[in-house]
Amino acid sequence: MSVAEFFDMGGYALYVWGSFGVSALLMIIEPIMLRSHRRSVLQRISRIVRMKAEEKV
Amino acid sequence: MKARHKRLGFLVAGLVGLGVAATLVFNALDSNLSYFFSPSDVVQNKAPTDHVYRLGGMVQAGSLERGKELTVRFVVTDTANTVKVAYTGILPDLFAEGQGVIAQGRMGPEGTFVADEVLAKHDENYMPPEVADALEKAHAGAPTEVSKQ
Amino acid sequence: MNARLINWFKFSSPATFYPLAGKMVPIFTLLAVVLIGVGLYMSFFVAPTDYKQGEGYRIIFVHVPAAWMSMFIYLIMAFWAGLGLVFNTRLSGMMTRALAPTGAIFAFLALWTGAFWGKPMWGTWWVWDARLTSELILLFLYLGYLALQGSIDDTRRADRAGALLVLVGVVNIPIIYYSVQWWNTLHQGATISMDNGSKMGVTMLWTMLIMALGFWAYTIAVALARVRSIILEREADTTWVSELAEVRR
Repeated sequence: MSVAEFFDMGGYALYVWGSFGVSALLMIIEPIMLRSHRRSVLQRISRIVRMKAEEKV
Repeated sequence: MKARHKRLGFLVAGLVGLGVAATLVFNALDSNLSYFFSPSDVVQNKAPTDHVYRLGGMVQAGSLERGKELTVRFVVTDTANTVKVAYTGILPDLFAEGQGVIAQGRMGPEGTFVADEVLAKHDENYMPPEVADALEKAHAGAPTEVSKQ
Repeated sequence: MNARLINWFKFSSPATFYPLAGKMVPIFTLLAVVLIGVGLYMSFFVAPTDYKQGEGYRIIFVHVPAAWMSMFIYLIMAFWAGLGLVFNTRLSGMMTRALAPTGAIFAFLALWTGAFWGKPMWGTWWVWDARLTSELILLFLYLGYLALQGSIDDTRRADRAGALLVLVGVVNIPIIYYSVQWWNTLHQGATISMDNGSKMGVTMLWTMLIMALGFWAYTIAVALARVRSIILEREADTTWVSELAEVRR
């Protein structure tokens, strides 16, 4: 089986790659968004914690 | 009785109520949610005669005729009854004799269902071609099995 | 109250659950990567061509696991929602909330891959048959839950309202599952069912099951990671959060 044949998927290229592609995209984007969200939450909380600590001093 | 038990009671009662309501609704709707009518429904006059509806069943083996100008004629069967169908247009990849099909259109005057859209209904079987060949040989001569709806 | 019940409630406290979830996330991430990697390899290089649909049927390896997950996740959400309403535990609301976006993604993927499969095989991207319509309703239930939960400022009230919506929507799950038996649909019947077994080649079946397991691991990893962020946000004012190593750095 050649590479071109593989990507052609027996003429169903658009449908097979359209399905797998979008699924892969979403399942990669979701963890990336989660990670950046977690970073921003952590940043916000540590800022608040630091501010509180400074107030006490 | 603790508050927790009371909440659990409400929850169970609510869910039971919901279940009963849903059952009643689906009993009332019954076949109205069905996507298509079978040839038997058509023969028994259960299908509408005055407007567009969908007819579903199997394409009878040996009934497919390709006429002039892209018009195809075939017979849709549910093994009990049959309906003749005429369609002009492009057929989906899975369309074949012995395959499930759903045609949308209306009954013509001379008893032929005139379709303006034909969709293929595929079955729940998936297998490699070799297995399919082997199965076919094993079943040769035996009547083709029609999958239940 | 017996000892087991006390442990149970201790486990459901966000302060104990947060580090536990933190340990589980990498395990399930690894599992997901390995299982989906093997599943994808099998989807394209091991599983044979289908006798009728050729290579086009390979869409099944994402379509069916995504559709299964969209239903499973909803059931797990309903479980947490019920638990939250009865026991008033804080964690249940957070778990329900953490699962919803992933459920919505899988419901969307089930519909999307279904459309990309329906077009060449059936001849249409979409039909309003009972199976497709009930799956679309499932997507709307996820989105409705997220909108409702997000629109109420008080988290306790938001969780309770969301939990009620999730529990009411649970009737939709058996409807999706049995729609192909109860009504005439364009969608075919179940290939794998409890009473009929499988109607699929063995290699194809294994590929699909491995992908489904991979999606399970993915869901667990993502939901636990998300619940950790939710715990941090909601417990931001507590001492235990302010003493966390990742906050103090």
